[in-house]
Amino acid sequence: MRTAAGGWFAVLLTVALAAALTFLTLPIVAIFAQQPPGELISALGEEGALDALWLSLRTTAAALVLILLVGTPAAYGIALRRFRGRALLITLVELPLVLPPAVAGIALLAAVGPATLLGRAAQDAGLQLTLATAGVVVALTFVAAPFYLRQAIASFEAIDPTLLDASRTLGAAPARTFWRVAIPTALPGLVAGTALALGRALGEFGATLMFAGSFQGVTQTVPLAIYDRFATDFTAALALSAVLVAVSAAILLSVKLVRGPDAVAR
Amino acid sequence: MTRALVLAGLLALVGCGDDGAISGGGGADKPELVVSAASSLKEALTACAKDYPDATLRLQFAGSDELAAQIRQGVPVDVFAGANTKLPDVLAQEGKLKQPVVFASNELVLAVPADGAKVGSLDALERPGVTLVVGAEGVPVGDYTRAVLERLGPRKSKAVLANVRSNEPDVKGIVGKLAQGAADAGFVYASDVKAASGELRAIELPAVLEPTATYGAGVVEAAKRPDAAEAFVDDLLAGGCHDALLAAGFGDP
Repeated sequence: MRTAAGGWFAVLLTVALAAALTFLTLPIVAIFAQQPPGELISALGEEGALDALWLSLRTTAAALVLILLVGTPAAYGIALRRFRGRALLITLVELPLVLPPAVAGIALLAAVGPATLLGRAAQDAGLQLTLATAGVVVALTFVAAPFYLRQAIASFEAIDPTLLDASRTLGAAPARTFWRVAIPTALPGLVAGTALALGRALGEFGATLMFAGSFQGVTQTVPLAIYDRFATDFTAALALSAVLVAVSAAILLSVKLVRGPDAVAR
Repeated sequence: MTRALVLAGLLALVGCGDDGAISGGGGADKPELVVSAASSLKEALTACAKDYPDATLRLQFAGSDELAAQIRQGVPVDVFAGANTKLPDVLAQEGKLKQPVVFASNELVLAVPADGAKVGSLDALERPGVTLVVGAEGVPVGDYTRAVLERLGPRKSKAVLANVRSNEPDVKGIVGKLAQGAADAGFVYASDVKAASGELRAIELPAVLEPTATYGAGVVEAAKRPDAAEAFVDDLLAGGCHDALLAAGFGDP
């Protein structure tokens, strides 16, 4: 019988699944298990921790607004058009996705650091980037935008072209088609891309540290605050890590909910 | 058959990955020592590790406080060499380190970019608008900077600290930001300025501020090779590594 012959394979699958699950969840469970919940919560009451959380929320929100406002039409533009070098362009847009954070930090310093023409121009215009909150937003936008763009391009490409054609033949201007047809149709994908970008921005560490520095309330986001406390206050580092885990889990779950009960069941 | 090959390949990969140590002059039976050392010791210890005769040294560099935290968490290390004597002493009190010794000294200096520096003296640091980067609290260079600044008196030290724009987790962050022109001045050790190959200039601090820091090292209680670890600590005090430290700008303890 088939099932009998597949018996050893079924066991193998189960063992592999158990191993993968244990390996992936054990460290996350340990964050919550090493200290009693009461201590974790009281460690969050510390002023620096709250500053870091508030700064992370503000800078991530600012980065997401930039990414959505510029990234959505940009992704639509790439998705609609066919031109020479399109694949190269998409590769360039996706490149920061695979860059190590340290490379992102160095790249930002080399491009808009205080020793560069652009950096000096920004400074003269009154926009301080390095060692300032604006620099954090730049770093987050740089590393997180590709996550959104990639997903948004794919979602716009997946729209049935007859749908857009129908909108056009019914007399809707391209902008109206984009707003009333393309965006609503691609929405689940856009939301998923937003969530990925949000998660990446919240967790950004290396580029922020190298480009923007680390100062409480100004540039010290939650990941930097965790690193800052690693040696001096392990409980506080655990507490902030727990918050990031909870927020990240909430993001993942809400994406699955937006995509419908089907996705949750899956 | 294929599976066996894949497995053998994986094992070989793991074996290779394990082989990143600096080995001196062959000899496969030499003991292997894991040394956790403060970031500021990188140039000196990397230089002497190549010729260290008695063991294969596996060096890892990070902020001393992070390394101490790793040792507390049970990361297997044989020797700990910190950028102060406080951390080794505390680890010894906690029963994690055997009798630490002072093996080197280093001078805290005010570092400024070599070209076009906006800051020329310690007094200039009080001016509003000067951007200063220092080590974070809990990081030896940061704690040391604060201790030295405290000796300026409350008014002056407060004015200087008000210009701090970044609390960096290690010395590299300070040096990097100065070299990139992201900050006007920072407090680092004389050896760091020397290691920055001409990017930075050091402004010496007056002796009344007691800018000399001492470095402590010891054998980790859980060391797998306590004898070899002990011998390496001795080499830090008077041997090839001691000479390398002096060449890198460190002083005798």
